[in-house]
Amino acid sequence: MKKKLVSILLATAMVVTMAGCGGGNAEPAAEAPAAETPAAEEAPAAEEAPAAEEAPAADDAAEAAPAGDEGKVLNIYCWNEEFKSRITDHYPDYTEVDATSGTIGDVSVKWNITPNADNAYQNNLDETLLKQADAAADDKIDLFLIEADYALKYVDSEYTMPIADLGITDADLSKQYQYTKDVVTDSNGVLKGLSWQGCPGVLFYNREAAKEVFGTDDPAEIQNYVKDWDTFNATATTLKDAGYSIMSSVNDSYRVYSNNVSKKWVNDNMITIDDNIMKWVDDSKTLVDAGATGTHDLWSDDWSKGFYPEGKVFAYFGPAWLVNFSMAADTEGSIGNQGGWGATEGPQGFFWGGTWICAATGTDNAGIVKDIMLKMTTDDTIMKDIVVADDDFVNNSTVMDAMAQDSSYSSKILGGQNPLGMYANGVSALDLSNLSSYDQGCNEEFQHAMKNYFEGTATKEEALDLFYKAVVEKYPELSY
Amino acid sequence: MHSDHNEPNKGLGLHTRRLIAYIVLVVISFFCLFWFYVLFINATRSNGELQSGFTAIPSGNLVKNWTNLVHGTLPVWNGLFNSLLISALSAVLCVYFSTMTAYAIHAYDFAMKRFIYPFILMIMMIPTQVTALGFIKLVSNMKLEDSFIPLIVPAVAAPVTFFYMKQYMESSLPLSLIEAARIDGSGEFHTFNMIVLPLMKPAIAVQAIFTFVSNWNNYFTPALILHEDKKKTLPILIAQLRAADWLKFDMGQVYVMIAFSIFPVIIVYLILSRYIVQGVALGSVKG
Amino acid sequence: MKKKSKAVRYNKWGYIFLLPFIIVYVVFQLIPMFTTIYNSFFENYMSGLKQIGPNFVGLKNYGTLFSQGDIWVYTKNTLVLWIMCFVPQIILSLLLGAWFSDTRLRLKGQRFFKTVIYLPNLIMASAFSMLFFTLFSDGGPINSLLIQIGFISEPYKFLSNTGSARGLIAIMNCLMWFGNTTILLMAGMMGIDTSLFEASEVDGATSTQVFFKITLPLLRPILIYVMITSLIGGLQLFDVPQILTNGTGDPMRTTMTLIMFLNKHLFSKNYGMAGALSVLLFIITAVLSLIIFKVTGNDKRKG
Repeated sequence: MKKKLVSILLATAMVVTMAGCGGGNAEPAAEAPAAETPAAEEAPAAEEAPAAEEAPAADDAAEAAPAGDEGKVLNIYCWNEEFKSRITDHYPDYTEVDATSGTIGDVSVKWNITPNADNAYQNNLDETLLKQADAAADDKIDLFLIEADYALKYVDSEYTMPIADLGITDADLSKQYQYTKDVVTDSNGVLKGLSWQGCPGVLFYNREAAKEVFGTDDPAEIQNYVKDWDTFNATATTLKDAGYSIMSSVNDSYRVYSNNVSKKWVNDNMITIDDNIMKWVDDSKTLVDAGATGTHDLWSDDWSKGFYPEGKVFAYFGPAWLVNFSMAADTEGSIGNQGGWGATEGPQGFFWGGTWICAATGTDNAGIVKDIMLKMTTDDTIMKDIVVADDDFVNNSTVMDAMAQDSSYSSKILGGQNPLGMYANGVSALDLSNLSSYDQGCNEEFQHAMKNYFEGTATKEEALDLFYKAVVEKYPELSY
Repeated sequence: MHSDHNEPNKGLGLHTRRLIAYIVLVVISFFCLFWFYVLFINATRSNGELQSGFTAIPSGNLVKNWTNLVHGTLPVWNGLFNSLLISALSAVLCVYFSTMTAYAIHAYDFAMKRFIYPFILMIMMIPTQVTALGFIKLVSNMKLEDSFIPLIVPAVAAPVTFFYMKQYMESSLPLSLIEAARIDGSGEFHTFNMIVLPLMKPAIAVQAIFTFVSNWNNYFTPALILHEDKKKTLPILIAQLRAADWLKFDMGQVYVMIAFSIFPVIIVYLILSRYIVQGVALGSVKG
Repeated sequence: MKKKSKAVRYNKWGYIFLLPFIIVYVVFQLIPMFTTIYNSFFENYMSGLKQIGPNFVGLKNYGTLFSQGDIWVYTKNTLVLWIMCFVPQIILSLLLGAWFSDTRLRLKGQRFFKTVIYLPNLIMASAFSMLFFTLFSDGGPINSLLIQIGFISEPYKFLSNTGSARGLIAIMNCLMWFGNTTILLMAGMMGIDTSLFEASEVDGATSTQVFFKITLPLLRPILIYVMITSLIGGLQLFDVPQILTNGTGDPMRTTMTLIMFLNKHLFSKNYGMAGALSVLLFIITAVLSLIIFKVTGNDKRKG
């Protein structure tokens, strides 16, 4: 039996993956164009000081094919095949050799893919990064991918290279949405990663339910019922009386609150709970006690019931990809299949998901890394191709604005609505200066602990104690 | 549910006891087989259908799920081969050397024995979780990443299997038999391979199954050691499938893959279980 | 004199046969094991990508474990879960073993039944728990069924109540492992000389007598094995509760086992705390195992 145990740690894996498939690794789908997308670059940066404009030189360098002093092997660390397929399909110089290798010019590309189940991806990445300095040039990690929840763990370390050191300037990045930069800006205000995707979120509501309860399914009208949290909660009662849950689960709204905090989770090694997060607790408890929503984990069977009319769920918070990814639009009888969803901004802006590219310090392929970053995250033509081919919502306001002007673009699942403008609206108001490298653990443990409070198996104080305890187990250096 | 059918006693007639036995066995069999049915049902359903919850009736997407899986980018067949190789070799090494170790303790009397036997039992009690991380570090120091060696060779030292073999010998390997072999002039190594091993068949079959299955289903260690897609085992590929990006995410494929990865292990089990489930004792020398 | 040297010559083979085990063990397990014990006296963990320590802290890690007091709660949870899994499992296994070995009962389809009982163990625990989740979810078939027959009116949250959460863990674990135990016992029974059964039958012994007077005593070594390994496995119970509760041990950590707790410390690669916990767990296991050995060993001499 014990022998089995070795094989058993593994087991943790799969369920974690369940959460993982949505929690982090999922990405945005580019759905529909909007009309008036305010480009994110216009939003004042949270921490970053806009640097001088000296783009041309960088651009020239980027055009150049990999220089002669490049290392022979480009090592890329990631947890699934998404980035690989983007590179294969859209990076001009990449030639695929087989499933885990390819070439760019003379340089061979090695994909090191470790699933993120059971934290295997980060364990493997950490182990390798720690040995980076001593590794042979061809074994060094050159490029690795991260997700928002744990981005700062890597960004706030010397193992990640500043983007500026690669010769990429702020001017190159002017079309990127600001929040995508905030996520990977370290505590000194240095930008250390780039993303080709944007994952701004909105509120998707069930049009039939809206007509039934409010007599309209017009996004602007519905917005009035959910425009801030107080209104949102009052609406929940109305919906409850009509037999609907306003959301499938309290966990649906968690990231909307947690993206809009005014304090970090950890200050001077002290764990602090932001007021907006406590507001989530109190609002959620009220909703659960009133029977206006559930406590299901995201991605559970119970949670996704609401994608069907019988599930009696009024709305889901989500980014564009949720529509394509989860709403079972190709299944007969689902709400999405009948074009039954509408999109509105909801109480607060938020983002969900996304993948960031980082350059590893010590890379011997800086030239190629730079070129990949520039082409994949700033090149209008390539990014447009990504939108068309992969339905990604790309991190490029020019491209997305152009899509928004395209009147032929509308979402069938959203009943012909064109939500692109909305996505950017919400996200431009986001202030992500309060991220910390402890977010992954804190957010997870907080939701886990509070579930006990919502379900009545613990008092609020007991649940909070459990949260503190669990966080200190994960991060022994913290106190409360 | 079982405690009320306790040990058959004299008071019950043979027919009643037989009836009770059949009822209990049928109920148990149902609970054992039920999961395979559910897996099969789920493998026939599309991602969207799976999301809408459980049904007892199969849908028509089995072939589609399967085609999607094998035409996807994951090297399913390589995974199958790797899993088979690692599990089979581990099982062979594990049972052979565990039996050998147990035999050393059982049949010989040497100075270190008093120290080694309790020591092996002791290490059996150490939680594996902690040594697992140290093990990974060791493997990377030995530059054995992406190699099958650290997944196969450690099977040689399996305290649990050793302990079972030792206990089994205690109940069914009379020392007189070994003495007899020596008198016949059989060398020690020869005696072990030709006389002891065959006598241990049921025990070997049992432990071979257990080792095979636990290696087959192992995710944690291989996931940290194998990074090249073509070297990965099935559980890693399943985890990768479940971690797929939204464009490719498809629970239907995941279930097909789970079903696919269970088949070979069922076959191995059926082959090996022959030695255990047969009604007659195997050609052993009794008494 | 001659006889002794001969024995020595044979006994040299004891060392030879031990060699592969010892070598592989030392290389792959002993070093990690000693590091575990050694580490338990150090502050040694990762803060993000930064290594903290190792700083020698003496018995501080042990102190922390005890002063938090949770360790006894988790020990209790573990033992409760173990008993809930083990008792039905061993009863079922012995019962099946007795039936299968009962020559008078002459059950038909034995091969089928013997084969089927191990099958659940072939499913990966993670896949198994996916199925459990589906079946026992709030809107799942079990709840629908219970509502339909009027047993309950609201969906019952199986994993949010201590009793049912523990029950589900026990059921799943039992289902996965009773086949294992039964197979071990059956293999043990295969080793028993069939002539003993035949002789007792001739003597007119009842099935019950045969089972208790012949089968069980001869099975003792295997039974000891089953009990010890099940105890070890039970104290290290991890995968099923970990997966079913998503690692939280919900509700309020009433299903959190010792190894799940240990696993929490592995997130930050906290070798200090994890090491201390392992040493503690090791001591508990060793004491309990010794008791089993002592009890069963005395028995043997008497018999």
